Amino acid sequence: METGPLLDVRSIRKIFPKPGGGELLVLDDINLRVEEGEILGLLGRTGSGKSTLLRLIAGLSQPAAGSISYLGQTVTGPAPGIAMVFQSFALFPWLNVLENVELGLEALGLPPHEIRRRSLAAIDLIGLDGFESAYPRELSGGMRQRVGFARALVVHPNILLMDEPFSALDVLTAETLRTDFLDLWSEGQLPIKGVVLVTHNIEEAVLMCDRILIFSTSPGRIMSEIKVSLLQPRHRLDPRFRELVEQIYVAMTTQPSGQARLSRSEHFPGRGIGSVLPQVSTNRLSGLVETVAGAPYSGKADLPVIASTLQKEVDDLFPIAETLQMLRFADIGGGDIRLTEAGTAFADAEMDERKRLFRRHLLGYVPLAQHIRRVLDERASHTAPKSRFLDELEDYMTPEAAEQTLRAVIEWGRYAEAFAYDDEMATFNLENPA
Amino acid sequence: MPQPVPPISVRKGGRILTFWNIVAVLLVLGVLVFLAEASRGVGQTLAELRMTPVSLDPANLPEYAARTSLRMLAAMLLSLLFTFTYATWAAKSRRAEVLLIPLLDILQSVPILGFLSITVVFFMSLAPGKVLGAEFAAIFAIFTSQAWNMAFSFYQSLRTVPDELVEASRCFGLSGWMRFWRLEVPFAMPPLIWNMMMSMSGGWFFVVASEAISVGDTTVTLPGIGSYIALAIQQRDLAAIGWAIGAMLLVILIYDQLLFRPLVAWADRFRFEQEAGVAPPHSWALTMLRRSWLGALLEGLFGFASRWSSSRVVPRHNNPGRARAGQDRVTRWLDHAWYAAAIALTALAFWKTAAFVSAGVSVSDVKEAIQLGLATMVRVFVLIAIASAIWVPVGVWIGLRPGMASIAQPIAQFLAAFPANLLFPIVVSGIVALRLNPNIWLSPLMILGTQWYILFNVVAGASTVPSELRDVGTNLGVRGWTWWRKIALPAIFPFYVTGAITASGGSWNASIVAEVASWGDTHLEAKGLGAYIAQATEAGDYHRIVLGIAVMSAFVIIINRAFWRPLYSYAERKFRLS
Repeated sequence: METGPLLDVRSIRKIFPKPGGGELLVLDDINLRVEEGEILGLLGRTGSGKSTLLRLIAGLSQPAAGSISYLGQTVTGPAPGIAMVFQSFALFPWLNVLENVELGLEALGLPPHEIRRRSLAAIDLIGLDGFESAYPRELSGGMRQRVGFARALVVHPNILLMDEPFSALDVLTAETLRTDFLDLWSEGQLPIKGVVLVTHNIEEAVLMCDRILIFSTSPGRIMSEIKVSLLQPRHRLDPRFRELVEQIYVAMTTQPSGQARLSRSEHFPGRGIGSVLPQVSTNRLSGLVETVAGAPYSGKADLPVIASTLQKEVDDLFPIAETLQMLRFADIGGGDIRLTEAGTAFADAEMDERKRLFRRHLLGYVPLAQHIRRVLDERASHTAPKSRFLDELEDYMTPEAAEQTLRAVIEWGRYAEAFAYDDEMATFNLENPA
Repeated sequence: MPQPVPPISVRKGGRILTFWNIVAVLLVLGVLVFLAEASRGVGQTLAELRMTPVSLDPANLPEYAARTSLRMLAAMLLSLLFTFTYATWAAKSRRAEVLLIPLLDILQSVPILGFLSITVVFFMSLAPGKVLGAEFAAIFAIFTSQAWNMAFSFYQSLRTVPDELVEASRCFGLSGWMRFWRLEVPFAMPPLIWNMMMSMSGGWFFVVASEAISVGDTTVTLPGIGSYIALAIQQRDLAAIGWAIGAMLLVILIYDQLLFRPLVAWADRFRFEQEAGVAPPHSWALTMLRRSWLGALLEGLFGFASRWSSSRVVPRHNNPGRARAGQDRVTRWLDHAWYAAAIALTALAFWKTAAFVSAGVSVSDVKEAIQLGLATMVRVFVLIAIASAIWVPVGVWIGLRPGMASIAQPIAQFLAAFPANLLFPIVVSGIVALRLNPNIWLSPLMILGTQWYILFNVVAGASTVPSELRDVGTNLGVRGWTWWRKIALPAIFPFYVTGAITASGGSWNASIVAEVASWGDTHLEAKGLGAYIAQATEAGDYHRIVLGIAVMSAFVIIINRAFWRPLYSYAERKFRLS
């Protein structure tokens, strides 16, 4: 029999080349193990490289350094014992449910009756009986993802990789699928030995995983590890469950001690021209400020509480909170958000006063906005092409991130009336239509 | 304990002979007889062919129509073969791509009718004295009118296969062969079939033009509708032309019902957008196939072929994907060698062409060709403007009425497929009878067949305008010219541009047959580059043919790059309702 871990990932680094030359470090020094009978959660925000790590484990791409071994063998390409469930389902729209499930077995070259028998068994197990001849376009999101599960399970993998499998589903459907999966898993009905789940939903991680690794962003590193020893089935309202959720929020809003100084300036966007800005609309910024300022929080709120009242996940909430922090309208720490004096003033102000405040903080604390405004002021024409700033940004980030960053600063600049932007000409200017 | 497996996809029970079974058997037999009839005579020699000249007796038309449509079918198969190989190679090999794709782009812009005169000599020399050579030349001419856009569409589909599906198929260990047939080809199918239909529409025009070929002293008349028309023109027989038009209408109708309708309905399942609720296309022929044993047979056959072929190709797991440093260096060297070879080849081709043309062509000839090109260009633009002024309002009016649009749309597509050159004699006889100025009155022929692209694209555009947008217009009381300027025209603009690009490209091609026309022994001629090429072909003056083609290609490419492409991307950016 096999000894040692199911999966062993050692000192993985992943680097993406940038089109204009240079390299972008996505994953740095990742070490992890998956033991038999374990669900391991990879929790982090967009850009933490957790999906990239999953693809490395699946053998879909290769690390720049380090090694991944599965049952003692180095993974250099898609391995037969590792199957994956995709966020967007990735079903073949021209194949019906049965054919989609059969595809993986056909690739293995099994005899037709064996393919049929195993496929029907998997369909049965996952609750798709009666849907065999349906095409994906006829199915709801939940049913589609069930096909995704059946397709992965039918090849009898040892390890199941799940890439945010429930995040494209509505809340109720996601809950049903999670519960069904956990039931099958704890009853030992699934032909798998271990699971790696990528998620940005904290409660989902606590609900499903035995162990959670929390990732930092750019580059992705493992910040901390949290063991979940609650018995299944777990309940969201269980005090110990809430405690774990709170603990993870604290971990995600606090930077690791050893690199505190360095990564503070890296982590909080807006400290230099070269940092990626999240695309957060000014309506959401105002909305969060107003919520925190209002009853019952009056200026200070627990992030998990806010998240569950607003039905927001980490990926939605954190960028808003962090943008407020960057603009010095709020402070974040220890899983809490606290409005600053300016933040409170913003909440109380009328439209014009808000815009004035926002402009002062935008030009004061966001170097890119500052930079754009200065360039426009200095030029005789008071205009500058977008490409000028894009080029500058691309020295620090990928073209997509540069585009997103510029889009974000354009929206804030427009709201603040700090500068204007003409999309058709792709130029910044200082005009405001009267 | 393994249970016996219920065969899910196999239909159980039912009678052995249904109505649909009988229809299917008859149709299959009909197709076999048709193929046998139509391919008879391909092995003939040219001398034998001359013994049985084309006659204007309408009783011969069914055979001629069959021969013509067989040529079309052969060319279509050839185009598919080309598409699957050329486009796949371009999409899979980075090195091939840099050469193949620009080449395709240029080939798309070369006037096909000019080609014909050069290729016919080559193919005749392959099978001297045989009809086969001439048939090849005709089929090749049709092929060149069909293949490029099909290959382009396939290449673009291969490049845009969704990442997650590629990852899923890699993750589940599909071999490259399996991935091609199970993922890439299905994904590319709907746009490919759409392009096949467009190609076919264009093809009818060229099949008619390529059957009666005369280059210098070589004259070949292949039995077919095109030759029939040519003879009718020579003999000033309007009744015969009427017969030919009728036969052509019937052939296109049959192709539409028996080939493309079923294909489109079948390909609907390959659409990637997974939205429900849109009524799927319908075809009685496909329904018949599906309900008869023939469908089950075909399905079984394809299923077996796919399983068998994928079992031949052993899936490779754990293939080393990491490139070593040494390998990198070799790759770079190969890259350099490849580019150098490509550049050398291009230089050689350029030098050869230049030498060939300059041997028989002077600078003043080039100047003349360019001036004639300008004349043709003016014609094309004026005609597009006139056609737009007529068809845009009509198209918007139709498109906003769903009932109307569903009737008008197939008619417009059908008219686009109809080879306009069959109608030329009617117009030309009118010009001759009324003694009109050919420089003006021959021009409309260029756009006769291509104007429909503008119409059906505008209809399609107008019918996709969201009703909420129209309601807002009504609600705000937007009327008259403001309504056109602010609502209707912007909404249809991207569609209009697509139609106008197609119409413009087609008109350039048509100019070669439209600027020169004859009726009996009266010859009409409009000054233009098309007429220049046509005359050079008739005279067998290869230097001028090449010069004419080169200048026309240059015109088309420059107009596309400098005018249509920017206009298209502007329209996409600014006006696309998504």
